[in-house]
Amino acid sequence: MMRFLLLFSRQGKLRLQKWFTALSDRDKKKIIRDVTQMVLVRPPKSCNFLQWRDLKIVYRRYASLYFCCGLEQGDNELLTLELLHRYVELLDQYFGNVCELDIIFNFEKAYFILDEFIIGGEVQETSKASVAKSMEEADSLQETMEEYVNKPTY
Amino acid sequence: MSPSVRLQEMIRVIRSARTQGEERGIIQRECADIRAQFRQGDNGERSHSLAKLLYVHMLGYPAHFGQMECVRLIASPRYSEKRVGYLGAMMLLDEKQDASLLITNSIKNDLSHSSQFVQSLALCTLACMGSAEMCRDLATEIERLLRASQSYIKKKATLCAVHIIRKVPELTELFTPSARTLLSEKNHGVLHGAVVLITELCERNPDTLDQFRKAVPELVQIMKGLVTSSYSPEHNVAGISDPFLQVRILRLLRILGHKNDTASDAMNDLLAQVATNTDSSKTAGSAVLYETVLTIMDINSESGLRVLAVNILGRFLLNNDRNIRYISMTSLQKIVQTDHNAVQRHRGTIVDCLKDQDTSVKRRALELSLALVSAVNIRSMMKELLIFLSVCPPELRSQTASGIFNAAERYSPSKRWHIDTILHVLTTAGGDVRDETVPNLIQLITTASELHCYTVHKLYRALVKDIAQQPLVQVACWCIGEYGDLLLKGECEEIEPVQVTEDDVLDALETVLQSHMTSPATRGFALTATMKLSTRITDNVDRIRSIVSIYGSCIDLELQQRAVEYNALFKKYDHMRAAVLERMPVMDKNSPGHTNGDTPGEIKEPDTSKPKPVEAGLLIEPASQVCDLLDLLGGTDTPLQPSPAPTSTPTATSSADLLDLLGGLEPTPVPSVSVYEKNGLSLKIQCDKQTETEVTVTLTASNSTQNDITNFTLQAAVPKSVQLQMKAPSGNVIPAHGLGQVTQTVLLNNPNKVSLKMRVRVAYSNQGAIHQDTVQIDSFPSAACQPSVSPL
Repeated sequence: MMRFLLLFSRQGKLRLQKWFTALSDRDKKKIIRDVTQMVLVRPPKSCNFLQWRDLKIVYRRYASLYFCCGLEQGDNELLTLELLHRYVELLDQYFGNVCELDIIFNFEKAYFILDEFIIGGEVQETSKASVAKSMEEADSLQETMEEYVNKPTY
Repeated sequence: MSPSVRLQEMIRVIRSARTQGEERGIIQRECADIRAQFRQGDNGERSHSLAKLLYVHMLGYPAHFGQMECVRLIASPRYSEKRVGYLGAMMLLDEKQDASLLITNSIKNDLSHSSQFVQSLALCTLACMGSAEMCRDLATEIERLLRASQSYIKKKATLCAVHIIRKVPELTELFTPSARTLLSEKNHGVLHGAVVLITELCERNPDTLDQFRKAVPELVQIMKGLVTSSYSPEHNVAGISDPFLQVRILRLLRILGHKNDTASDAMNDLLAQVATNTDSSKTAGSAVLYETVLTIMDINSESGLRVLAVNILGRFLLNNDRNIRYISMTSLQKIVQTDHNAVQRHRGTIVDCLKDQDTSVKRRALELSLALVSAVNIRSMMKELLIFLSVCPPELRSQTASGIFNAAERYSPSKRWHIDTILHVLTTAGGDVRDETVPNLIQLITTASELHCYTVHKLYRALVKDIAQQPLVQVACWCIGEYGDLLLKGECEEIEPVQVTEDDVLDALETVLQSHMTSPATRGFALTATMKLSTRITDNVDRIRSIVSIYGSCIDLELQQRAVEYNALFKKYDHMRAAVLERMPVMDKNSPGHTNGDTPGEIKEPDTSKPKPVEAGLLIEPASQVCDLLDLLGGTDTPLQPSPAPTSTPTATSSADLLDLLGGLEPTPVPSVSVYEKNGLSLKIQCDKQTETEVTVTLTASNSTQNDITNFTLQAAVPKSVQLQMKAPSGNVIPAHGLGQVTQTVLLNNPNKVSLKMRVRVAYSNQGAIHQDTVQIDSFPSAACQPSVSPL
């Protein structure tokens, strides 16, 4: 089970945080600080896996964003790399050539996509096409209800 | 009131803030707006405001005033408002907040909503932040959704059920029947969720595990279908058909096949097929292979399969991708104990990984290398490890050093090699070794008596070169103090001879004493060493006196005390000085953790096939881990001599005294049997059983000659499986004419209940003549076999 998923920039600014366990705000902040520091000092070609406390940290850098998650001991790290890649592909498909700004200005969309892909720390849908379709349908539902004609942003 | 700014506009404004203060100001204004918005009530703008608040929350600012708004939005009939409301609930509300219970009812209603997207929002939120109470309330709803709904909802409901089980383990029975039927689904999402659910159920409950073992053939079928299926674009990742599902099924098979032969047999073929057919050129394939290897190693697989698995790991080790090398070493670490030989074959590659740039890889390689050290490869491995120690990153140094020490202790081919290795480590990484290294090394040096000359020369040279490494300096000072005479002699077979004068040696010690790099403990070592040299050198005794007297007024209490006492040795007790500063006897190796006075005496374990004679008395005193403490004892009290002195020094374990007390409580009704009578010396023994396996034997010696017997000592030996513990004797002088006796108590522990035999050697002087004799006691008094009548 994945314990948390963090997206942060190269300067350490948090762009997305998803927690799959109940933690106090202070604990969350501490974990973010520690993990961010640990990952940001890693040289470019290094191994993508780290051991931290009792968790395995898997991270990967895509352009200016670090995608980082904390796993339990029984989880497969290589598969998690694939999972992170799948999430990036989903974002790319939705936003069309996604970049960090898309995620900054449409953060709620990034969350919605994540919620269609992962629930409770586990993958819920292994087919890329299905996730994309569900997002489309949910968005269209919103448009109908809100009667927006333009892009469904807030 | 200013018109509400749209979310993206607000984000732009915040990002354009140039300083932290400016940003804070903007955020404060926005939060005030948002709060006003919330107070206004429903006007279609609430979702905008909440979204803005969530952004502010992500930046790290407090946002708790939005919690009630989340609750309200979730209850709204509009989908867009529900969506943001649920998102807010997942971000701001967790089970620690009281407000979270308020949304339980909304979730319940939404779970039966007509729109599947509303249902999915509710399921997702419950699975993310559902507390135990909420889970209990809604479990039956979830179970209903598991059975009768479309696959879109089913897959979410399955994972929600997983979350419920994690929170409330008692509900496993509720979900077990539905989980079984879910395995026949075709939809990969539902199938994946079902496998996760079954895994969770099996991990929690061993009965459920037995139940699901029957599902192994079905799982094998599904897996086979995935592996052999033709290209399916929907689930394909780099040529592997749905690696996510494959890995989860393999993980479940691992749990089901663990320690179970029938299940393991059923999956043998499948695992072989997956292991051979999966293409591992991309990460997805490697992930599946990795999981397969883990599964093979964990179930009762046949040996051919295990060999295949280790070979796969070996192939991974040679892969260019660092990640794959890392996980292969992690897996090898798990199996290095059980399949040691198989892993040994890859030792070369693993040692090469020590030179990798990456710290994670280095760490794994280090752990694995240390596990692979054996008697056969110790020399070459140690060379590599020492090279690694000199270049390794600081966070790995102490682990490397202690690993090297352990390996050297277990497998060193010769004492000299061992000492050399330890010296090498101390010079390279002296600051990172553990505290007990110093006494361990000193103890090792004392046992290698033929190497004293070599050792002291090497240490002297190291000391002269560099005095920054404290453990090295401490050991060097101790050795120079102890073996200074050997150093000054100059010649040594194994090292090039260098003439060392007394002044050189004293200069070196003085440098240590005066340097600001030296710690107080090291100064203590140096001072004592200087003192000891006073008996080993001839010319510069005055210089030593002056050094010692300077420290008589030192601020450090320990040093001052030592210096004052040594001064006293010079002045008042000069006649004792030679005896006090004599060379130390060979120290006995103690298990780690023993300190002076900790354990009541020491249990000697015979290590040869013949019973070994055991030294009685003071030598039993647990070799103190701080040897200069012994020095201090030797300096201030009765001299420390190899032969046991009857009056133990006060520090000779007070607990030994306690045991003497216990030992002294001999039940008087037990008869004593005479075992030895010769030349007027008679020896009697008395036994009584303390427990089923423990016997206390009291030896009493009496003297019927005209003269006192002096320097009386007893040594005892017992068969291999019996443990022997000798207490201090009551004295070593036996008065003449039977006027007095000497008693000594021996504790025997006989766990294997072998027949008790004991060989006793007596040694004594009588009228100036030294006598020695041996007594064999083959049968103990029958009272030993009877339960003791203890006064207690």
